[in-house]
Amino acid sequence: MNDTEKLQAQALSEIESATDLNHLDQVRVNYLGKKGQLTQQLKQLGKLPAEERPQAGQIINLAKVAVQEAIESRKVALEDERLNEQIKQGRLDITLPGRGNKRAGLHPITLTLQRIESLFQQIGFDIVEGPEVEDDYHNFEALNIPAHHPARAMHDTFYFPDGRLLRTHTSSVQIRIMQKDEPPFRFIAPGRVYRCDSDMTHTPMFHQVEGLIVDETVTFAELKGLLIDFLEIFFEKELKTRFRPSYFPFTEPSAEVDIMGERGWLEILGCGMVHPNVLKNVGIDPEKYTGLAFGMGVERLAMLYYGVDDLRLFFDNDLRFLEQFH
Amino acid sequence: MKFSEKWLREFVNPSIDSETLIHQLTMAGLEVDGVAPACLEFDGLVVAEVKSVSKHPDANKLHICQVDSGEKDLVTIVCGAANVRKGMRTVLAKVGATLPGKPKLEAVSLKGVTSYGMLCSASEIGLGEDSDGIIELSTDEPIGKLLKDVIDINDNIIEISLTPNRGDCLSISGIAREVAVFNHIDLTTPKIEAVDVSSKASRQVKLSAEKGCPRYVGRVIENVNANVKTPIWLSEKLRRSGIRSINVIVDISNFVMLELGQPMHAFDNDRLKGDIEVRYPKNSEKIKLLDELEHQIKPDTLLIADNTGPLAMAGLMGGFDSAVTPESKNIFLESAFFTPEIIIGEARQYGMHTDSSHRFERGVDPELQKIAIERASGLIIQICGGQAGPVIEKISEENIPRNDQVILRKSQIKRVLGIDLDEQFVTDTFIKLGMECNYNNNQWVVVPPSHRFDIKIEVDLIEELARIYSYDAISVATPSNHLKIRTPNRNHQSVKHIREILVNSDYQEVITYSFVDPNLHKLLNNVYKNLVLANPIAPELSDMRTSLLPGLLNSLQYNIKRQQERVRLFETGLVFKGNEDLKQEDHVGGLVYGNVYEKQWDKQDILCDFYDFKCDIETILYSMIESERIVFKASQSEMLHPGQAVDVLIDGNETGYFGQLHPKICSSLDLSNNVYLFEFKVEYLNKKDVVKYQPISRFPSIKRDIAVLIDETIPLAEVTSSVKNDATNLLTNLELFDVYQGEGIEKGKKSLALGLTFQATSSTLKDEEVETIMGSVIDGLHNKFGAKLRE
Repeated sequence: MNDTEKLQAQALSEIESATDLNHLDQVRVNYLGKKGQLTQQLKQLGKLPAEERPQAGQIINLAKVAVQEAIESRKVALEDERLNEQIKQGRLDITLPGRGNKRAGLHPITLTLQRIESLFQQIGFDIVEGPEVEDDYHNFEALNIPAHHPARAMHDTFYFPDGRLLRTHTSSVQIRIMQKDEPPFRFIAPGRVYRCDSDMTHTPMFHQVEGLIVDETVTFAELKGLLIDFLEIFFEKELKTRFRPSYFPFTEPSAEVDIMGERGWLEILGCGMVHPNVLKNVGIDPEKYTGLAFGMGVERLAMLYYGVDDLRLFFDNDLRFLEQFH
Repeated sequence: MKFSEKWLREFVNPSIDSETLIHQLTMAGLEVDGVAPACLEFDGLVVAEVKSVSKHPDANKLHICQVDSGEKDLVTIVCGAANVRKGMRTVLAKVGATLPGKPKLEAVSLKGVTSYGMLCSASEIGLGEDSDGIIELSTDEPIGKLLKDVIDINDNIIEISLTPNRGDCLSISGIAREVAVFNHIDLTTPKIEAVDVSSKASRQVKLSAEKGCPRYVGRVIENVNANVKTPIWLSEKLRRSGIRSINVIVDISNFVMLELGQPMHAFDNDRLKGDIEVRYPKNSEKIKLLDELEHQIKPDTLLIADNTGPLAMAGLMGGFDSAVTPESKNIFLESAFFTPEIIIGEARQYGMHTDSSHRFERGVDPELQKIAIERASGLIIQICGGQAGPVIEKISEENIPRNDQVILRKSQIKRVLGIDLDEQFVTDTFIKLGMECNYNNNQWVVVPPSHRFDIKIEVDLIEELARIYSYDAISVATPSNHLKIRTPNRNHQSVKHIREILVNSDYQEVITYSFVDPNLHKLLNNVYKNLVLANPIAPELSDMRTSLLPGLLNSLQYNIKRQQERVRLFETGLVFKGNEDLKQEDHVGGLVYGNVYEKQWDKQDILCDFYDFKCDIETILYSMIESERIVFKASQSEMLHPGQAVDVLIDGNETGYFGQLHPKICSSLDLSNNVYLFEFKVEYLNKKDVVKYQPISRFPSIKRDIAVLIDETIPLAEVTSSVKNDATNLLTNLELFDVYQGEGIEKGKKSLALGLTFQATSSTLKDEEVETIMGSVIDGLHNKFGAKLRE
């Protein structure tokens, strides 16, 4: 065995036993570096007779290539090993929860309101708002509920000493919007309303969404179509609904809408065709325009939608309740 | 209103079962609220006559009676009722009978005498509250007849909730009219005949308030026996209508009210002096009413009076002193029409609500008074005997409401309802509803009957048509037309946006009442003269909130009491500032209590501090408004910690505040950790300018870090503003990456580590340029604050 072969064998064995990349690099420097042993041999070629040089050179070069290849493949192997080790180290309990704070949630009434709003916005309803401290005119008078009207007794109104009041329904917003702009109108008015009543099934504050369309060809048949669609999409199922005659001073004909629940009919909202007196009160000609209006209790819809059985839970603000809606 | 189904069926008897009838009523707009069986279960009760009564030898209050129950032998009954007497007919429960809710009756020995059953009071059979004595039946009831055949136990009590426009249905005959229309059948209303006038007794009646009382009908009936027990057929009808039996005369007037809808009143004629006058009070009159309370009469109370003073509040309640009692011999019956508006005002003023005022408020048929007085007279004479005087009637014709004709154009039916109705159907419906009706030239001219005073305009007729046609039968359409894109409601959108940010920053939304506890309000140094409710639901819910904080703090306390240790809440809504000059402002507010992080495996339990909280505030504000338009200023608010209180100005407008709740308030609310609060007006938060794109520089940037030592009292904002001022517009970013005090730093000083990034838009910056700028930055800091570079 000549020197070159010896060197090659020695290098390959050292490569094989190199345990890390540093060690391997040292081996490389040792044989293939500028002063490496194989490199030295090549440099000494000049000392050989000219006719021997090509053959000897070839042998050395082959040895270099072999060593180079061995180093490369050993390097890949070592890198694999290192990565595998690293991966092994990085094995975590993936069932531990993520770090940091979570998202909190909206109040279920807000969620319900947003749901209602988004459905009506699909068909071009604006969202409008109005004051909660109201005057008698907007809350009653303009809605065809004059002083001494028996319907006032049903409202249990909160008053202030000067005669102002807390709005008892969002219908007052109708008046403000219709006074300000010109028909056609198509809007919903969501918000807080107040009645002086507090027991198992009443809270002194709750939420309503009032809706209104005033245009040249609005009919009761459209009112029915609109509300049936709304209810079925809101509750995400086909419903048995019924419209039954009722009375609101600001609509005529007036109706209550019931849906069939597990234990019979449930009153779900009130509606009707805007009373001509209301249109007149805001300067709209009832001979030219008709209107449909509806009003729904948001808590009632939320209770049915989420299966909440106690109205008062909405205003206790108990985190154990609220967090269920995250 | 409650009523007996069987009573209704005396007036109209369609061949439909109870369930269908109930559904029909609801769909007619007379919503049925509840249905209950009229009687409790009982068995084996019979009509019996008491043949003899003797005292129990060993018990004072007990009687030994021999009772004829229609069988061969008399039955021995021991009875404790005071009213038991020989010859009376009553209800016997024999051994083996069952009373409601009781086991089968057995013979019992009472102080040594065996009783083979019992004589029953009304309450024992579930026929009312009357437990004072046994039932007295008419001697016309055959002995041995089963009680269930006497009182028809197979009946339902139906409760309907009537809308205020349907005062015409506050009676059996009113409901019957509706049922007849829906079933296309005729009414079988009993005919009411005028009674014979056999007495001359009368009284002058004077209408001094003709607007309030345009018709007054009265009559004297002499020599009545008001001491008879109300016949069971009548008291049962009252009971099934939810009205208590008082005495026979009052019961009869209530009966007529239920039957026809006309509230009536009976006076003891012997207690009246002189003429009857319907008038308003003279100065400062008082009256003791049937509720046995003395009332000071208010000026616009309509009164019934005699020569000596007020007798009754018209349409509301009779007076105590002139009331009919079982001892009354001669009575004066009143059947009047009072104007609804007058009675509504009256009832509300006194906070009273009676069956009578309920009907007058909603309207009574102005043509009904004479019929009603004849009906009542007939019943009184039939049950109590007596001689009727002539009917006295005083009318103010021009004040009696009359129904005018109403015109319905055919085209309007389709315009409002969206469907066409057959002409014949329309005409038939109006006629069935008792209206006069003529159809000509595509329009109906209609005159409603006197009891339908609610029908005044065209759409009232359209509603009647829709009701009779059935709302459910009206076809369904979808709204169409005139869609237009409009500017969205900005306030609404920004509230929605703020909510999202807060929820994403781990704040839970709450909704609290808009009225708050005045004490809490005061504790928070409420500076407004706020609105206070005149009729709050409770004293602690009487102040209209001028801030969202009272509600938020309330919710915090509520949750802490329920073992929550970390609470982060927010609310949006109106607050009410001022009184006469009231401003209703949209606010958003929130609070933080407890640890920065939820309890978790890899975070320490660190209490939230000012800077943790400030990050949330910056997130909200900067997402709504450009940071350079916002100024944070030390706040003087007394409810905040003086060292951790910030006022927020946007474009110079006071927008809100944030900071730590004042430790004093914290401790008076029993809160053991610090609370951090914020509250902003939404109005100023929704004005972010539209982003104007700036080109991104293609040239490399140069970064320089410096650490400066300055006095610890100098706020960062002054340092950065000096840096920005001196660094020219080549400065593209300035960051603070360390604040250090402690070892190696002189006491009273702090070290601020600042990172400055420079970049030009049109060329590559040279190091020398940046060095020059850094030189002037450092000089600036040195000159203004005596700052030194830290080695």
